[in-house]
Parts: sequence; C-alpha cells; structure tokens
Amino acid sequence: NKMYCEVIKAPWSSNSGRAVVCNNWLFAVSSVCSSFCESKFNFKKCKELCLSFIQDAMLQKQWKRAAEFLTFYVESLEKDFSREPVGASEIIWRIGSEILRHHPDSSVKEFNTFIEPMKTLSVKRYLKVCLEHAFYLLHNGLIDEAYQNLSLAESWRFGEQTVIQDKELKLIQAYLGLLDYYKWSKQKNILLEHGKYLSVEQEMHSCFRKAAVNLKEIIKIPGVWDQFVKCYVDMLEFYGDHNEARQVLNEYAYNPKFPANPNAHVYLYQFLKRHGESKKSLISVLKILHDIVPSHELMIDFNTMLQKSKKRKRRRLGLEVIFTALDYAGCKENVKAWSCLARQMKQIKHLAWIKQEWNSRKDWWPAFHFSHYLAKKNWQENESLSYEKALVGGCVLSENHQQFGKKVKIVTSLAAFFEMLPKPSGVSG
Amino acid sequence: MKDEVLWNFWRCYLQKTKQAYCDRPAGETVKPLSVCDSSTDVDSDPERLSLLYSSLSESEGDLQTDCSFVSSTSKVSESTSVHSRSGSVDGSLYLMKNPKEKLRMTMPMTLSFCYMALLWVRETMTLSELLRFVFEGHIPYLNVFQHFPEKMKLRGPDIKIFCVESWPSYEEVFNKMHELAAFLDLPRFPDITDSCFLHPDMLCMKYLMEANLPDEMHNWTCRVVKKTCIGEVDFLTLVPGNKSTRKVKYDVLAAAVIVVVLKLLFLLDDKYEWLLSDFAQERNKNNKEDGPYFELKKWYKVLKCTLDVEQKKLDERRAKYLWRCEKPLFYSAKKKSKVLKRRQIVVNLQNQFGKLSGSVKPAEKPNPSSFQLSWSEENTDGSCFHGHSLKGILQEKRGLLTAMNPRYWLCTLKLCNEKLCGHLAHYGEADFPQSYHFVLRLFSFLLRIEPSYIHDEVCMIEHKLFNKKLRKKTKYKTGPRK
Repeated sequence: NKMYCEVIKAPWSSNSGRAVVCNNWLFAVSSVCSSFCESKFNFKKCKELCLSFIQDAMLQKQWKRAAEFLTFYVESLEKDFSREPVGASEIIWRIGSEILRHHPDSSVKEFNTFIEPMKTLSVKRYLKVCLEHAFYLLHNGLIDEAYQNLSLAESWRFGEQTVIQDKELKLIQAYLGLLDYYKWSKQKNILLEHGKYLSVEQEMHSCFRKAAVNLKEIIKIPGVWDQFVKCYVDMLEFYGDHNEARQVLNEYAYNPKFPANPNAHVYLYQFLKRHGESKKSLISVLKILHDIVPSHELMIDFNTMLQKSKKRKRRRLGLEVIFTALDYAGCKENVKAWSCLARQMKQIKHLAWIKQEWNSRKDWWPAFHFSHYLAKKNWQENESLSYEKALVGGCVLSENHQQFGKKVKIVTSLAAFFEMLPKPSGVSG
Repeated sequence: MKDEVLWNFWRCYLQKTKQAYCDRPAGETVKPLSVCDSSTDVDSDPERLSLLYSSLSESEGDLQTDCSFVSSTSKVSESTSVHSRSGSVDGSLYLMKNPKEKLRMTMPMTLSFCYMALLWVRETMTLSELLRFVFEGHIPYLNVFQHFPEKMKLRGPDIKIFCVESWPSYEEVFNKMHELAAFLDLPRFPDITDSCFLHPDMLCMKYLMEANLPDEMHNWTCRVVKKTCIGEVDFLTLVPGNKSTRKVKYDVLAAAVIVVVLKLLFLLDDKYEWLLSDFAQERNKNNKEDGPYFELKKWYKVLKCTLDVEQKKLDERRAKYLWRCEKPLFYSAKKKSKVLKRRQIVVNLQNQFGKLSGSVKPAEKPNPSSFQLSWSEENTDGSCFHGHSLKGILQEKRGLLTAMNPRYWLCTLKLCNEKLCGHLAHYGEADFPQSYHFVLRLFSFLLRIEPSYIHDEVCMIEHKLFNKKLRKKTKYKTGPRK
C-alpha cells in the first residue's frame, strides 16, 4: 500500500520527522553489567535488563519470546512513586505494536484491543498513536475502519494539547483527505462505467469538497506530498479547474521553501503536456529536471523535443542532455536513448559539438559502454541496441567521425565497429 | 523460642526509641504467636517475618502524635481509623522527625532484626542465606503489605516505607544490625564455638562442598583458621558496642579462608596453577591405587561452565522479576482511581501478551535450599571433585605433606583504614590475576555479594597469617600483577 509509505519519509523538518514513527526504529538500551550481587538490581535495573531481552528477541524475530518478556516489562507503567518520568508507556506502545505486527498468532482484533489503552495512557501522544493505528489498518486493507479512526481522532479536543499536537492533527486531516479522494475515485469509476446517476454525482461532489479542503491545507506546508498533490490535481482536472491545478503544481515545484523534489517537476510537465502547453514552457520545466536528475527517463523525451527545435541553442542543449543521460548506468541498455543520440549525431553539422561532448568522456566511455564484453553481450541479447550503439560508437571512436556516419553501410559498420574495440588479452575475437 | 527472641528485641527497640510504652504494649491484641518447635526449619521464617511486619504497623498505629510521650496502657486497634491522610497515625511525622536518626525503621531494618535474632539463637543460617531467601521470595519482603489485615490501610508517606524498589544490600543489613545491637544495649551474644554452624571450620566445609572442591582441603582451611586465630570464641562472638573488635561476617570470612587456601596451594598467578595442574595430570596417569588426583584445570572447566549457566539463569530471572502485586499502593484517595486503572491496564496487557508467549510454563519457585550448587559423586562424568585427592600437588617433606607451591603473593601490602574509606583494600578486576578473579567470582555467586567484600576479608586473613613476616619487612614475593 504505497500511500502511507511515502509520507513516512519526513514531511517536516528532521526534528519533528520522528513525530510520524518509522517502523524500523531501534531504541538504545543501556547495557547492564552482569553481577551476582542482587542489591545492584533494583526495579529500574531489572526493567532495563528485561528490555534488553526484549530487544534481542525482536532482533532475532523471536516474537513469542519477545511477548513473554514484555509481560514482565509492563508493570513499569505502575511506577508511580518516584519522581522519575515514566518513559515506559511509549516503549510499551512501540514494542507491543511491533510484536503484534509480526506475531503469527496476532490479528487485527488483537491489535485494536491493544492500541486503545495505549491512546489514553499518554495524552501527549494521543494523536500520534491514532495516526499509527490508522496506518496499521490501512496496511491491512481496512479502509473504512481507518477512516472511522481518523475521523474520531480529528474531533478530539484536549485544551492545550490540541494546539501542541497541531502537526499530528494536520496529518490526520491530510489522510482523511486522501481517503476521501479514494472514495471519490471509486464513485468516479462507477460513473464512467454505468453512466450518470444523480446520487452518485452528489456523493462524489461531497467527497471532493471534503478531500479538497484537507489536501489543499496540507500541501501548503513545505514538505514532500507527492501522493497528496497528485490526488488533488486529479480531482481538479476532472472538474475542469485547470487554473487551480496549474497553480498548485507550480507552487509545489517552484516554491523555494519546499525541498527539492524531482517528482514535482515531473507532475508539472505531465500536466502541461496534457493540456497542450507551449514547447517553451515544457522545455523550461524539463530543463530544471535535467539539472536535478540528469539520468531521468524523461530526458529522452526532452532530447527528442530539443532535436527538432529550430533554435541552435536548444539543439546544442539536446546533445548535452542525451550524452549526460547516458553517463548513468540506468540508460546503458536503453535502446531509445542510444537511437536518439545516434540520430542526432547523424544530423548535426557541427563536429565541434560532438568533439566537445566527447572530450570529457573519451577516457571512460570506451570501458563503460564499448568494451568487447559488452559488445558481445549486446549483440546476443538485443540486436537493435547493438546497432544503435555501434552507430554511436563507430562515430566517436573513429578518427573521422563524420565520414563514418555518412558513408559506411550497416553491416560493414558493425564489423568495422567490432574491429575498433580493444581486444581483451589472450582471447580470440 | 525465636519468636520470643524477636519479639523481645522489638519491644526493646520500641522502648529505646521511645515510640511505645514502657509497659507491655497492646501485644495481647496481636494475633496468637505461631508456636515453633526448637528444631527450626526454614519454612517458619515467613511466619515470623509477617508477624514482625504486622507488629510493626500496628505499633506505628499505636503511636501518638507526640513521639516522646509515654502514655499508659490504653488498648489500641482503633488507631487506624484516625487519620484520613495517613493510614498510620505517625507515618509522616515518623519520617519527618527522625531523618537524622539512623535507626529509623525501614524494610531493610526488619531484616537486621531478623538476622540479629538468628545470631542470638545461633541459627544455621548466614546473612547471605537469609538475603538469598528474600531474593528468592521465600521470605516476604517485597509486597509485605498484602498480608496486612484489612483494616490496616497504607496511605501517604507510609508508601515510602513499604514500597520496595530495591533489594537490601548485605552491607546495609549487616551494619544496621550492629548499630541496633549497640543501641539496644544488648549483652554479649551467645558464644560461637567450634561446634556452631557459624564457625569458620563448619562454614568452610559447607562452602567447599558447594564449590566442588576436594574434602581434603578442609584440613588446610582448619590450619589457616587456627594459625590466624579466627576460630577463637572471642573473635567470633559478637559483643555489641565494642568498637575495637572487627565485626565478623561469618560467611564472607569462611569464603575468604578457602580463597587463601587456594592461593597457598596453587598460587593463582595465571601461570603456576596450570603448570601444577598439568603436573597433577601426569601423576594421575601413573596413579592406580589411590583415588584420582585433583586437577585444577578440570575443576575450572566444570565450574566455569556452571557459573556461566547460573549467570544466564539469574539474568533471566531478574528480567522476569515482578515487583508489583495485585494490591497496589496509592498515595491518597484521589490517586486511587488512577492507580487502579493503571493496574487494570497492566493486567490486561499481561494477559494479552501472555497468551502470545506460546506455551511457556511459569517458572516454579524452587524450594528454599541451603545449597545452590550440588555435586554428586554418583555422576559418572567425573564432574564431582569432592573425593579427589590433593596428593597430586603435594610433596613429602620430613614426613609431612606440604604444598609444592613455595610462594605466595599478598593482595595488598598495606591495609586501608576501613572506617575512612569503607574498605580494607580496593579491588579492581584488571589489577589481579584472572584465576583469582574467577575464584572471587565463584564465591560472589554463592554469597550474592560483590567480589570486593571477599577480597577485603582475604586481605585481612593474609595480614594475620603473614603477620610476623610483614613486621619484619623482609623481601617477600608480593605484588598484584602489572
């Protein structure tokens, strides 16, 4: 269930990122040195020792053993008499949740029974626990239950605490928005399949309104909200509110307060493309993407666009873009990328450009792309790839680039290409 | 009758601290004393102690707000109804008024009382055993208030007295006992003679058995005891208030004697003892008539294994220790509901995760036993060394069997002033040979005390043993390693 996983990667700054708990946390337990002297083992030390046993068991995925030791740990909740702050309730909540997630005999019902008292044990953590509970339910596919839980949590009021736990509250509302979108989306599918029904339309619209309010709110806060943005924009497009959609996407991509996020630019580009925007605007978006993620798969489209351009500067950029994309291992076997490069190399009249690009690459591209081993491999696995690479390779590796590209035919070009490759020592070609 | 002994001590204490009446307090209203026969067994201890605790609270209930007031013999029992804030009338006052007085009554103090009574009747139980029974739960200590009668309710500051969150330390109980004995102006305690259980000869025998060492070593321990005069009646018997004599920890003393004997026989410098063991092994090969010779290496392997297993068991037991009970303590009526709610949550969690623990049988409480480790000669794996002979490491000299080891190293050249720094010597694991550390660790396990206390006694014995040589200041092979 990809939805909530994305958000867990810190929407806020690093400090409060922990507010949304990661499933892979480990707590530091102080090591208690072994001694035979019982008087060294007071309540606190005994519980620390117990905790270390729990941790060991969990790390080894021995859930039954972890559960067993947890039963002895839980009385830490009762330490009321000293003035030491009780951290036990948070530990018990986290450990208990983890055990119940993995234990073979556990169930959703067990988890629910467990989590309710955890919510009330600490007022300061109430909303956090509610949110975690909702994630668990979503993870198990119980969307309606999750929705109910989140609604309940949203309506919680506790004086000052409500203000202090503002961030968790916003997250809860955001997820409610997401779940409202999900409902809306289901309605939409019904609509598309079965045609218009007034009741369905009305319900859809109410879901839309609820979702829009919450989603709009959360994406105002600097952070990574990919899923939320996509859902919001999807709804806006459906109802034809392109202006709002464009504004949202622009904000998401260009607001400097937001962390650099390649996806933001991708979404914007896709939107603009859908709505037939000018080449100029498309290019400006992709240019930024090229700066952030030069190996992105959209770079191929970008190059195609730039190749066709009448402006010299853009064509030059296109060459740079495609060369840079092929610098990365991701595009190594991408036939389309190679074919773009090959095509462009055949077309351009400016040898100097190719020389410029090749200059910084001549030392390592041969080993990276044009090794004997790779050539054989490509030839065996993917002939078109081999062909395209050969065209490029033949051009850059030979002395007279232009001549090679124009005159020599396919078959001989391949053979000649193979001839040019450095032979591995001791192996016949 | 121990009950009488304990009861008398208690009465004396109350008189001395002016907390109760000169006349016999309302003891008549207390529950009838359980009659014990003269042959005591361990099981009677819990009853004795609950008696003590209940009498403790009842007496506190007797207290007037003016501590120094000694009133007439008014019958009590209605005491508990008085204060709403504090169940015992004097709980808070008690804690406030006597902060400086060291002999304020606390949970560890109850054990001091018990130990004092045990010593008076020369019971076959050492302090370390008493404490071990407390740890193992055979003697009520942890949540003793569970056994109080209904009408006795603990509130407010009482909790600080009765809520136990740590185990009593040997030192604390021991020192308080001596202070108490002096405070109560008790006369000289009954003599500890060589037929008493607490005499080093007897205790050494017990510990040698438990440590799986040859019986023959007992001769050596007796010799050391005799040479250092620590078996003398006057040395062993407690005379309260006498500040010149050192207070005797019988169990630690006996353990230390054994350590000294081991050092005498094996040197324990991490080299010699292993060579000697190999030598004994060689001799063993040709040995057909006598029983097997004792080989330190074999013994070490067996004991090390055992200790590691016991360590793990202890750790698990400590991790699984439950400190709270069904009847929770709470500070006031206001907090009661919160505390009870918490208790309910805890119980629910225990049930829920208990079911998820799989089929784990609850650990059965072992019966109280005097011996923690037992070794049987019937075991064919040769893991029992009691019957082994020391001949393998002894040699004949002028018709006597003496140790082959000619050397000895002193743990410390000079003893510290115990009153100033609390110890006779300072023990650091890294400063001494590993073998020595192992031996200390073994007895540390048997007695459940820190190795440094045994080390202190070892130093003390060594200085007595080599007294003349030290005085002469002749060159002696000394030195902790390093």
